[in-house]
Amino acid sequence: MTQRNHWLPVLGVASSLIVLGCASVDSAADVDKLTQQIVTASFRDQGIAKVDRLKQDETNAACSAADAAGKPIDAKLGAKLEADNLKSVQWPTAGKFLGDWKEGEKLAQNGRGMTWTDKPGDANGGNCYNCHQISKQEISFGTLGPSLYNYGKIRGIVDPNSPEAKAIVEYTWGKIWNAKAYNACSGMPRFGHEKILTERQVQDLVALLVDPNSPVNK
Amino acid sequence: MRRTTKGLVPLAAVAMLSLLGAVSPAAAQKSTADGIAEYREMLQDGNPAELFEMKGEALWKQKRGPRNASMERCDLGKGPGVVKGAFVELPRYFADTGKVQDLESRLLTCMETLQGLDAKQIAATPFGKDEQKNMEGLVAWISAESKGMKFNLPQNHAQEKQMYEVGKRMFYLRGGPHDFACATCHGADDKRIRLQDLPNLTKNPGAAAGFGAWPAYRVSSGELWSMQRRLNDCFRQQRFPYPGYASDATIALGVYMGVNGKGGEATAPAIKR
Repeated sequence: MTQRNHWLPVLGVASSLIVLGCASVDSAADVDKLTQQIVTASFRDQGIAKVDRLKQDETNAACSAADAAGKPIDAKLGAKLEADNLKSVQWPTAGKFLGDWKEGEKLAQNGRGMTWTDKPGDANGGNCYNCHQISKQEISFGTLGPSLYNYGKIRGIVDPNSPEAKAIVEYTWGKIWNAKAYNACSGMPRFGHEKILTERQVQDLVALLVDPNSPVNK
Repeated sequence: MRRTTKGLVPLAAVAMLSLLGAVSPAAAQKSTADGIAEYREMLQDGNPAELFEMKGEALWKQKRGPRNASMERCDLGKGPGVVKGAFVELPRYFADTGKVQDLESRLLTCMETLQGLDAKQIAATPFGKDEQKNMEGLVAWISAESKGMKFNLPQNHAQEKQMYEVGKRMFYLRGGPHDFACATCHGADDKRIRLQDLPNLTKNPGAAAGFGAWPAYRVSSGELWSMQRRLNDCFRQQRFPYPGYASDATIALGVYMGVNGKGGEATAPAIKR
């Protein structure tokens, strides 16, 4: 949650707005203000899901605005946000990128965690199959993200510990830790950055994707 | 409840298609979805939502609350007591409250003004409990009275236009630990989460199919879910905090989806897995 202090500028505006009923056409800024007021008034804390989750960091604020406008994010701003997100990636201690792919597969299957019906301290899953095809055996997968089947094989990984594989293994880590480091408005959660998954869990998922023995690369 | 046993046939078909999936996943995925659609269609013939509809009609006419009054003078937007066609024009602006209201927030208004019930208390009641159970019946019946009609939400009043714009921003609002917005799942055509097809709610046919099916009977839970309850569970899965029942954020999203679904057919109360 390190970047959650970048409030939308409109949040600071006093609640005087409500121009409701006026015949005049609202400016986009007026609607932005009204939206923030409505968001603030409409949501409440429930269990572990607190209202501070709706404070947007700079990346989310910029991407939401671009999406609502129906335009891609400004290229320069996008590049800046990607650089900021990349800077915040926490690389694995002692350079250990790879964990246990069998644990990774369990994580990929597990879509639990972080909702208001989850308890504090419950282990979170990776949600991967919700959006990605991963192994060939699992046919219940989503298509919100690209297929990851044969992820390591397609990228020519023979030995994930070899110097040849280093760049891809590092990218894979970075992508799972903070997907917005490579695509500012990616729809993928920032699993490490937002503390959804632990370092150990990210290691297991990297192994799942790049290990030649994992079902992903069979 | 006439032909519930029929459900067994399509279930077997789904199982067959799942087996095929082991051979050719990509091809069978779509067939599985087709199988599920067929299963739903056949279930539709005996949709238990009908029981809720009957209850709702009775509730509408029943004298209740501290004022011992029925809901029969409730104005859902087409004049006091007019139910037919009201569902496909909601949410809309109401001059007496000075607000854009969806079906459920409007029912709260009527329950309070006509019957003397406590709207705040009902809004704070958990889904499926006490007065919220009555709400299930009311929304089932009122939506059924517009079944087959085309969505035609008014966008003449300044507040209706304003709420559409707010709804659009809500739809694209990325937040929570997963950075999800409504649009993450419902912003493009032909997407699936696991095996579940996701309607694109930004345009038709997705907007009408998605928005126009709720309230719906949920086979998995044996309950009738209102639109408010459907949205509530979407926000839970989005890892958002808790949306207030009949809050403006939920109403704005209703305006956004409903207007996007203009011309599409209301199928509520539908049946869902």
